[in-house]
Amino acid sequence: MPDATYPEDLRYHEEHDWARVEGDQATLGITWYAQDSLGEVVFFDPPEVGAAIQKDSSYAEVESVKAVSDVIAPLSGEIVEVNDVLQDHPEKVNEDPYGEGWLVKVRMTAPEEAETLLGVQEYRKMLDR
Amino acid sequence: MTTAAARRTPLYEQHVELGAKIAPFAGWEMPVTYEGIREEHSAVRRHLGMFDVSHMGEVEVEGPGALAFLQRVLSNDVAKIAIGGAQYSCLCQEDGGVLDDLFVYRLGGDRFLVVTNAANHEGDLAWLGRQSRGFDVIVRDVADRYAMLAVQGPHARQVLSAALGIELPPRFHVSHPQVGRRPALACGTGYTGEDGVELLIDPEVAAPIWAELLDAGVVPCGLGARDTLRLEVCFPLHGNELSPERNPIEAGLGWCCKEETGFIGAEAIARARAEGTAEKLIAFKIEDKGIPREGNPVLRGGEQVGTVTSGTFSPSLKVGAGMAYVNSELADTGTEIEIDVRGKHRPARIASKPLYAKRS
Repeated sequence: MPDATYPEDLRYHEEHDWARVEGDQATLGITWYAQDSLGEVVFFDPPEVGAAIQKDSSYAEVESVKAVSDVIAPLSGEIVEVNDVLQDHPEKVNEDPYGEGWLVKVRMTAPEEAETLLGVQEYRKMLDR
Repeated sequence: MTTAAARRTPLYEQHVELGAKIAPFAGWEMPVTYEGIREEHSAVRRHLGMFDVSHMGEVEVEGPGALAFLQRVLSNDVAKIAIGGAQYSCLCQEDGGVLDDLFVYRLGGDRFLVVTNAANHEGDLAWLGRQSRGFDVIVRDVADRYAMLAVQGPHARQVLSAALGIELPPRFHVSHPQVGRRPALACGTGYTGEDGVELLIDPEVAAPIWAELLDAGVVPCGLGARDTLRLEVCFPLHGNELSPERNPIEAGLGWCCKEETGFIGAEAIARARAEGTAEKLIAFKIEDKGIPREGNPVLRGGEQVGTVTSGTFSPSLKVGAGMAYVNSELADTGTEIEIDVRGKHRPARIASKPLYAKRS
């Protein structure tokens, strides 16, 4: 498992999710901290393409051998793509949480919400508390 | 219960040093995993793993009435245990409900050691103390005298012999080796379905012995892998599959109940055996995606017909799998069921036990 990393170019949610905003779309995933707390991910239960997700609400589940965890949406939007690679390789969430382990892409329905998310310094500060 | 400070085993510092995830379990701070449940699980299936199970309790039963007393409180035929033997039993109340499931070692003609589940140790002690009135026997809590290590996996024989100079005892036999120059007990038992030994050793030598096994390449394993391993071979866990509300017959443990010995609960169990039980404990596998969890409803034709007692992702089978109590009429192997996993109905099928069988 890689060491703790928190890329500079991402926005973070208190529930340990990240968003990479590009135009009117965003890619979402869980942070290094989240995957480390959960342990080896063995199953990702994605939402359907086209589903509407709501900021601060659960939109998917990730499961380790031992536990199931809700994934909280950092932004509101409509699902435009889910990471199908995770169906056969859910461990990518652990190995590369910001790259191959991304979860979904959304078309944002309230792009201004991105401004309310944490920057990397704020998120790290929160983890240190 | 929750306000009491959690207890630590003699190996707590070793777990922390190895970077284990520690979690409360039955009043103890126990390692759940070190490097990952799946790695630890497969180390036990393919090589050799070790578990600190020092949270388990030990009760010594000694005296001229020891055999008669244990025959009265335990479901199995205790008289069948030769000196140096070990036997699995249920500890039942009058109505057949299971207070605990445990191993008994016969250390001498009139001397036995009972190994209890951590969560039930105090309750078992109180029960045994109460029931011992009228028997010429002493019931002693000796849990503090022992650290307990389970060393499990196909390479147990070679590694234990090379690293500790211990011959692997035959299954269900107890030997008395010196471990760390202190007297110890080595029992050919385990909770994984693999070869191995459960070592009861002096707590003072627990740390050096742990280090020695680590040096010999034995993989430290936490309670997470212990649970997935036992679930694959369908060993029940008290608190999940077993409880005072369930009798051994519905749990599939009729084989360790010898009603002719007249133990406490024998009449109720004989009745359950003769008349059948409303529910039975079954094992199942999910057919496609999804991971069952404890408490999930079991459905058939949209109706609830049972409840999952333990569920996980099976690292060996690579599917969701578990055990459940279901309506006895639907308990046949091959029956199609659905598991309601947080609102999603996951197709599953009742499977024969064990779910995982060692290739031999």
